[in-house]
Amino acid sequence: MSDAPISPAPASPANALTLDYLPIGQSACVVAVDWARLDADEGRRLRALGIDVGAVVSVAHRGVFGGSDPLAVSVGRMTVALRRAHARVMRVELAR
Amino acid sequence: MSLALRPTPRTAALVGNPNAGKSALFNALTGARQKIANYPGVTVERKAGRLVLPSGEVVELTDLPGSYSLHPTSPDEEVTRSVVMGEFPGEPAPEVLVVVLDASNLEQHLVFALEIIALGRPTLVALNMLDLAERDGLVLDPSALSQALGVPVIPTVAVRRRGLPELAGAIEAAERQAMADGAVHRQAHLDGAERRMEARAIAQASILSETARHRLHSRMDDLLLHPWLGPLVLFALLFVVFQAVFSGAAPFANALQAGVDFLSAAVRARMVPGLWRDLLTDGVLAGVGAVVVFLPQIIILFFFILSLEASGYMARAAFLMDRMMARVGLSGRSFIPLLSSFACAVPGIMATRSITDAKDRLTTILIAPLMTCSARLPVYAVIIAAFIPHRAVGTGPIGGLIGLQGLVLFCLYVAGIIGAMAAAVVLRGTLTKGAASGFIMEMPKYQLPRARDLAIGLSQRAWIFLRRAGTIIFQVAVILWLLLNFPRAEPGRDQIDASFAGHIANGVAVVLKPIGFNRDIALSLIPAMAAREVSVSSLATTYAVAGANEAQTSHALGDQLKRHWTLPMALAFLAWFVFAPQCMSTIAVTRRETNGWKWPAFMLLYMFVLAYVAAGATFWLARGLGL
Repeated sequence: MSDAPISPAPASPANALTLDYLPIGQSACVVAVDWARLDADEGRRLRALGIDVGAVVSVAHRGVFGGSDPLAVSVGRMTVALRRAHARVMRVELAR
Repeated sequence: MSLALRPTPRTAALVGNPNAGKSALFNALTGARQKIANYPGVTVERKAGRLVLPSGEVVELTDLPGSYSLHPTSPDEEVTRSVVMGEFPGEPAPEVLVVVLDASNLEQHLVFALEIIALGRPTLVALNMLDLAERDGLVLDPSALSQALGVPVIPTVAVRRRGLPELAGAIEAAERQAMADGAVHRQAHLDGAERRMEARAIAQASILSETARHRLHSRMDDLLLHPWLGPLVLFALLFVVFQAVFSGAAPFANALQAGVDFLSAAVRARMVPGLWRDLLTDGVLAGVGAVVVFLPQIIILFFFILSLEASGYMARAAFLMDRMMARVGLSGRSFIPLLSSFACAVPGIMATRSITDAKDRLTTILIAPLMTCSARLPVYAVIIAAFIPHRAVGTGPIGGLIGLQGLVLFCLYVAGIIGAMAAAVVLRGTLTKGAASGFIMEMPKYQLPRARDLAIGLSQRAWIFLRRAGTIIFQVAVILWLLLNFPRAEPGRDQIDASFAGHIANGVAVVLKPIGFNRDIALSLIPAMAAREVSVSSLATTYAVAGANEAQTSHALGDQLKRHWTLPMALAFLAWFVFAPQCMSTIAVTRRETNGWKWPAFMLLYMFVLAYVAAGATFWLARGLGL
């Protein structure tokens, strides 16, 4: 894999990469999710689709017309569309 | 318990994640003879069919709405949960549960399977879409899976009819087998995360080999979800659909029209002249015939909508549209109900059940009727054919491909969309104010739509349309004919002026005069409250009556309209129908979906106001431009 530069949220510490900033095509493991910042039903739906702590994810597509919303996230053999607001509460660590 | 000892089950149900190929399996097992209705009290579709077991016995097989778990996050999932648990009023729990799994996505689909199996009920697993798994380079071991799950696993490829007899046999044996096994199941009390780990372990143990192949659908997504090309493809696709709806249907519509004319001529030749003959030809045949000729257009439109859905593209369209929908306070999820409303607002409004947020859902219901439904097509088609010249826009190789008539139709669709978006913004800022909802959606694999499934879907839609033409439109055509012909005018006086309808229309016409509508239009709008397309048949009836016994009767409706209307009137009439809420079924389904008369009443009011303003603006603008 190439050493693609990662641009975390400016205000975040360098090691706290969130899913919304994960470069396209880069695999990462979800290490923490702040479920309290999401609607309870939405959290349940995300978990039902396998997006939870421990899941290996990558961003397949992001945005339309130059925007950064929504995201198409690959998890296992599925692709799940979600919004940046959901990705923002998920801390990920790059897979090696 | 004598019930439990019955050798063969009477009921079985298919359960599984959305996109497991459940519907295709259901179609393959039950054939075209399906009963489609709503679960009582809710508006979730209940699909049931007859499955003949190897013994010759028949079970009622239901296709339960796709679910990710027994912890519902939508009304659809709620129905599945309560039917499976036997808690749905009037709906006995299915005796056998058939969990349908997508073989190429076991890790995900097994989570729900484990939850169902843990119920300890007679259960079996249909390992579906094995061919797609093979396409992805997966080789599975069904017997290992069966051992790990403790229930029979039957490999199936619904679309090739592989594994169907085995599945029917397993359903027959399921109850006995479960009793023989003593129904001992492990992992009964796992929580969600534990179940997911278990599913992952079982999936990995069942995969014999896995070659990393370049998967077709990720390459297709590279184009279809491309931030710039994706929306262009979507827009181009929608444009092609509408051009096809308009021009592709013409030969079939002409053939149907010729059939109606032939019938009408045959009746004329065989019956004695008089009121009964006129009722048949000018009332029934002219009225119903004018609507039935639009069947080809409706079939073509549904063909595209069903194909897009079956191919998996619909979810991509939702993805592409999410940002735009978010701007008006909705999500990409609203896109599918709204797109369905292009065919008919009734299924569109019913499809809003998949929207989890209540305010999102209400907003979508309220704007869905602004999407140009197929019932408007008869109206648009007649007016456009009569008043818009049949020629290309501009010249040159590209300009020559775009017909002016198709372009006008396209503009009417766009007007509806813009109106709906504007209405959504206003509603979200006022009546349905609240936090913006999210958008979470599985993107299914791309698949080639199957001719058989499309045919079943199309025939169901065509039947609904024809039944409407045969019942409500038939009745309205007859009633209108009666209103137009009674009381009889004195000799030498105009029949319409003397009739009941004439008197009603006189009143309505006063209100509609400022927006350029004449009395004939007012007259056609009265019965069109039942359904928009009735306005066409009532115009046909009106002008057939007005031209009775004249050479005029042989003129097509279009020629009659050109004779009586100006171009600004015709354009205003089109603008009216972009917005007017003239459909009893839509009002009825809105009442049911919103549980009361408050929102349908609001819908009627705001849409009539929009229609009045739009028609008036169009009329005076067109007049001002000297058209």
